[in-house]
Amino acid sequence: MSNESASHGATVPQPAVAVESFQPRSQARKDPAWVQWLLVGITYLVIGLLVAVPLVHVFHQAFSAGIATYFSKLLGDKDTLHAIFLTLMVSPVAVAMNVLFGLAAAWLIARFQFPGRALLISLIDLPMSISPVVAGLVFMLVLGLQSPVGQWLREHGWQIIFAPPGLVLATAFITFPLVARELVPLLEAEGVDEEMAALSLGASGWQMFWRVTLPNLRWGLLYGIILCNARAMGEFGAVHVVSGRISGQTDTLPLRVEKLFQEYDIQGAFAAASVLTLVAILTLIGKALLERKVHKG
Amino acid sequence: MKTIMRRVLPGFGLSLGISVTYLSLLVLIPLAACVVKSLDLSWEEFTRAAWSPRARAAYWLTFECAFIAAVINLALGLVVAWSLVRYRFPLKTLIDALVDVPLALPTAVTGLVYASLYVKDGWLGHFLTPMGVEVAYTKLGIVLVLVFTGFPFVVRSVQPVLAELDADEEEASAVMGASRWVTFRHVILPHLLPPLLSGFTLAFARGVGEYGSVVFISSNMPFKTEIAAVLIVSRLEEFAYREAAAVAVVMLGFSFVLLALISVLERWSQPHVK
Repeated sequence: MSNESASHGATVPQPAVAVESFQPRSQARKDPAWVQWLLVGITYLVIGLLVAVPLVHVFHQAFSAGIATYFSKLLGDKDTLHAIFLTLMVSPVAVAMNVLFGLAAAWLIARFQFPGRALLISLIDLPMSISPVVAGLVFMLVLGLQSPVGQWLREHGWQIIFAPPGLVLATAFITFPLVARELVPLLEAEGVDEEMAALSLGASGWQMFWRVTLPNLRWGLLYGIILCNARAMGEFGAVHVVSGRISGQTDTLPLRVEKLFQEYDIQGAFAAASVLTLVAILTLIGKALLERKVHKG
Repeated sequence: MKTIMRRVLPGFGLSLGISVTYLSLLVLIPLAACVVKSLDLSWEEFTRAAWSPRARAAYWLTFECAFIAAVINLALGLVVAWSLVRYRFPLKTLIDALVDVPLALPTAVTGLVYASLYVKDGWLGHFLTPMGVEVAYTKLGIVLVLVFTGFPFVVRSVQPVLAELDADEEEASAVMGASRWVTFRHVILPHLLPPLLSGFTLAFARGVGEYGSVVFISSNMPFKTEIAAVLIVSRLEEFAYREAAAVAVVMLGFSFVLLALISVLERWSQPHVK
């Protein structure tokens, strides 16, 4: 379970241990009443001001001119619609790439001992500690038109930078570890008994994978996909650099929010932001539901 | 045991192949290319780009804001984690769930909402501006959004450790006549120090790299409110790729240092694992 709480970026140490089992068992662990009031008061204030007010504000602003205006801003704007479409295209591809990698890396790390294993584990975390803007710049330098590789790709009819493939790459880079990091500790905890049994009963490698390994991982995989997807849909910095921000072509939804904000279309910006906020809220609800399944068997 | 498994369990070659290829193509080769690209510059050109007064002002602002925000998060995170673990109060489950919002909310939304809340006629700016507190388009605004983005890291690092603390030590301390404060200071706090530090570093690292939310709330003025990530973007918009790469390499170097620090801290904060 070493990677369980070894994390930053979107996955932080999960309070996997039931936090409800907190009740101070004795009088000795009780704080004075005024301390309790003070600390709980600060908690309300912090969460209220920092999180609750902004969340309410998003929807309040989005709907402040009525539901009709909201929908016309959202669905009546061709560029915003395209941005929604582009985000819905880019994130699943990036997530799928990371799922494939996550499964391979988890199988490798949790099941085998080999030289370079420790290095691989720490390299997986690398993309999360790099600033998104730097990540975007890296792809720009490698695949942009001013680089030899970019030139070559251009001559063969491939445009990566300022086009959807670049968006996919940048998004995949930013969300790189999110699936692997969920699966490795889970697979380690699972043990190999069932897999060994399947193999000794004559199952092929792929049969074992599809019938034993994958079903055992399903909730953890779903959990990783949800986190990865939320991060992918909301990615801004890296995508900002590689997209070129062409309205109606390479603007994803978060980029569209910025553009509308810069154009002083506050209504439109909040309408677009409300969609992203809804995705975030749904993600957290899904995460809470899955947490019980993943961490308590 | 593990070597036996390699002979019995299938898929070693395949999973190794996929992992290494994907990692190299997506992460290692691009990063190496970025470093190589900045080597195109001679040493003088590199230092002129990466260490110009404007760049130095941007690094300083980035680290200063991220550090202040992480310190604030240290205090707020400890209070919130303590309340959530030790006390019962109304809406506790909801509050606990809301702690995760900064991790799931896209940074562009954060920036948009905070900018809108704290401008002169915004919901909160409306009260603060007459008191002489200007948040939008100032350094204070940058710190504020970094507090928001880094806040869950401290709470979620401290929470599980606090929940698992052994009651016996605290009881013993109380029985022997220590006040609640002395018990906290000398019995509880030493246990919380590693998770606090690791939460602090995670929040700090996140703050250093943050771009989306800052670009909305800051006025992004060179020498005043321009962070390093914004400087990279504006260099790119001038098509000064090598200069952008030079600044990026400095930030990249810092990322590596932080990553090493984080992994050391994490090993230290969970000595019971492995």
